Amino acid sequence: MAAASFTAAKFLAPVAARSGGDKAPSFPAAAAASMRPLRRRPAPRLSSVLAVSSDVLAGNKAAPAAAAHPAVTREEALELYEDMVLGRNFEDMCAQMYYRGKMFGFVHLYNGQEAVSTGFIKLLNQPDCVVSTYRDHVHALSKGVPARSVMAELFGKATGCCRGQGGSMHMFSEPHNLLGGFAFIGEGIPVATGAAFAAKYRHEVLKQSGPDGLDVTLAFFGDGTCNNGQFFECLNMAQLWKLPIVFVVENNLWAIGMSHLRATSDPEIWKKGPAFGMPGVHVDGMDVLKVREVAKEAIDRARRGEGPTLVECETYRFRGHSLADPDELRRPDEKSHYAARDPITSLKKYIIEQNLASEAELKSIEKKIDDVVEEAVEFADASPLPPRSQLLENVFADPKGFGIGPDGKYRCEDPKFTQGTAQV
Amino acid sequence: MLGAARRQLGSGPMLGQVLRRLRPASADAARGYAAAGKEITVREALNTALDEEMSADPSVFLMGEEVGEYQGAYKITKGLLDKYGPDRVLDTPITEAGFTGIGVGAAYQGLRPVIEFMTFNFSMQAIDHIINSAAKSNYMSAGQINVPIVFRGPNGAAAGVGAQHSQCYAAWYAHVPGLKVLAPYSAEDARGLLKAAIRDPDPVVFLENELLYGESFPVSDEVLDSSFSLPIGKAKIERKGKDVTITAFSKMVGYALQAADILSKEGISAEVINLRSIRPLDRAAINASVRKTNRLVTLEEGFPQHGVGAEICMSVVEESFEYLDAPVERIAGADVPMPYAANLERLAVPQVEDIVRAARRACYRAVPLAATA
Repeated sequence: MAAASFTAAKFLAPVAARSGGDKAPSFPAAAAASMRPLRRRPAPRLSSVLAVSSDVLAGNKAAPAAAAHPAVTREEALELYEDMVLGRNFEDMCAQMYYRGKMFGFVHLYNGQEAVSTGFIKLLNQPDCVVSTYRDHVHALSKGVPARSVMAELFGKATGCCRGQGGSMHMFSEPHNLLGGFAFIGEGIPVATGAAFAAKYRHEVLKQSGPDGLDVTLAFFGDGTCNNGQFFECLNMAQLWKLPIVFVVENNLWAIGMSHLRATSDPEIWKKGPAFGMPGVHVDGMDVLKVREVAKEAIDRARRGEGPTLVECETYRFRGHSLADPDELRRPDEKSHYAARDPITSLKKYIIEQNLASEAELKSIEKKIDDVVEEAVEFADASPLPPRSQLLENVFADPKGFGIGPDGKYRCEDPKFTQGTAQV
Repeated sequence: MLGAARRQLGSGPMLGQVLRRLRPASADAARGYAAAGKEITVREALNTALDEEMSADPSVFLMGEEVGEYQGAYKITKGLLDKYGPDRVLDTPITEAGFTGIGVGAAYQGLRPVIEFMTFNFSMQAIDHIINSAAKSNYMSAGQINVPIVFRGPNGAAAGVGAQHSQCYAAWYAHVPGLKVLAPYSAEDARGLLKAAIRDPDPVVFLENELLYGESFPVSDEVLDSSFSLPIGKAKIERKGKDVTITAFSKMVGYALQAADILSKEGISAEVINLRSIRPLDRAAINASVRKTNRLVTLEEGFPQHGVGAEICMSVVEESFEYLDAPVERIAGADVPMPYAANLERLAVPQVEDIVRAARRACYRAVPLAATA
């Protein structure tokens, strides 16, 4: 399919041309690749993606580009499929609920970008962290937060993952190491860098090591964020201190109504990695298997202590920026181009052609997800609103200052605790 | 020692001039220390507090510009790099937003960062993280994620450093729910409050003062003990009095004590409250004092509009209105960006004479407002 009919082609063409030894891969590769027979490869490397490192890492040349997919087992494929279908159905249900008045405020949906969330987050362990933006519902679901908790949070109920305190843009779940949910773009990047810092600190200073290596943090953010100062500050410090973080750019070409090309002097975001000394990788974000392969490499690098990677995923949001966005500026041909590359349809096709599962099995997964999402709505509907007393709770972990002693009481109330000469 | 004028060498890169400091004469009498008191500077107090807390808890680490090899822009972190190594004392690039956010993210994961701003003016580059990622997170996450972080550094006017280096941020940070804001005055305050701040599970903004770093204060053995700490949210009565209450924090406490000495010669007995904690404000102590003296002068160095004094006045009006015998007097800095010229700078911050005049007004010793050049 010709990539020339919309503006993204201007910057994607040179990217394609530079792939492994100047052989242009078939591009866009998703539709083509899924029709090729699976080729067994000795070890999964960075195939069908573009990886360019600066001179600093001159030893790590990218493997030659080839548009084939690496092996994926049946179980893995079904897990990926189920996760993406959950993300899609959940977001569609959010739109319905919003228009019925059950959900309110700012709601930003992830339709079309599922391959990025699933491709990356399904490779993580529980202690690994995810930091996201306001478009965080599906990151929460992929990380394991139950659909009913997310839906109840969106409805503003006391059973939500943040008891209704955070809302759509502020999903936090400590047991899943989902560290937010940030409304300001770029805000999550330093926080994610800090979580990676903590992982390294735990390993090197506190000598608490996990068996797999360092805990990894993923920072998700968009193309607009890549022009923000904090992004560059963190690329610098993450590489300087070799932090176990992967910077995942979900380049969906649009920041509300601002086209990436109108906002950015050099639109090839992956190039900004090598400028700071880390590998910069561009990947087709509409293809979950390609994303997953790049993610594996980047996450493993981080775990081994080799430092950060910048991964630019070319993706697209099928809906507007938020449910309040009329979405008038994007051209229909651009939208239809990406709709034809729907990651869920592509994976389904791949699974069936590779005989990893039957149509009926996939349908039953879809049915199961339908039930999960329905149940989530029923649960959220039936849940109570937060009690009025919740308004003043949790401003501080310790309202009285300087901590709770071993007996469970506030230290400042302990008569034996040194108070110096303060007249209390 | 009492009442002696001291020459203190200016400290830090921005102060190249000699400052004359007048020791608050009544301080020792009010404190009731054991006779053989030791003296330490505020700088030593902060340094030892950091040292002891880092030694006691390996998850405490320092991050900021020049905190390591330079030994601290104002030498507060002197010796800590050698003692704890570069993994725990981190020199950062000039990236306030970045490294503040990194500190917050590390705190989310259970570490206890102490982030230094070279001055709090630079915290404005990171204020999004102080407020949106740190202060609000415990609330937004419904208690799942607390942020045990300390943001510290010099606040307020120094000497001749101009408009962009002289602002007081007490009112700004104290406005935000989810932050604790502390402002030490003496060495005892500095030690006790910094230790409390580091041990606290919530974000604490710790406002020091550059001109106090070199000032010495007597301290008891209790204060020097490594388990010493002061409660957050409690003010200290620095000097007992019965005619007028003067509230102050940070460097202004010293000025208030000097003013109290002058007033005592005129027969006005002033009670000086060292707030120590701007958020939470010790409203109980302030109101109890006003109910006793019936007159209030609030004193701060920062801009007057929406300042700390405005909040204190409202607190007293709400709780102790019937007890007031005179309108509340508010002494604050001039409502202008800080000028550079030395004589104008003197006009722009409260001086001891201003405090004395305000106290006299509150006590109906009518003296009209007059500025001195």
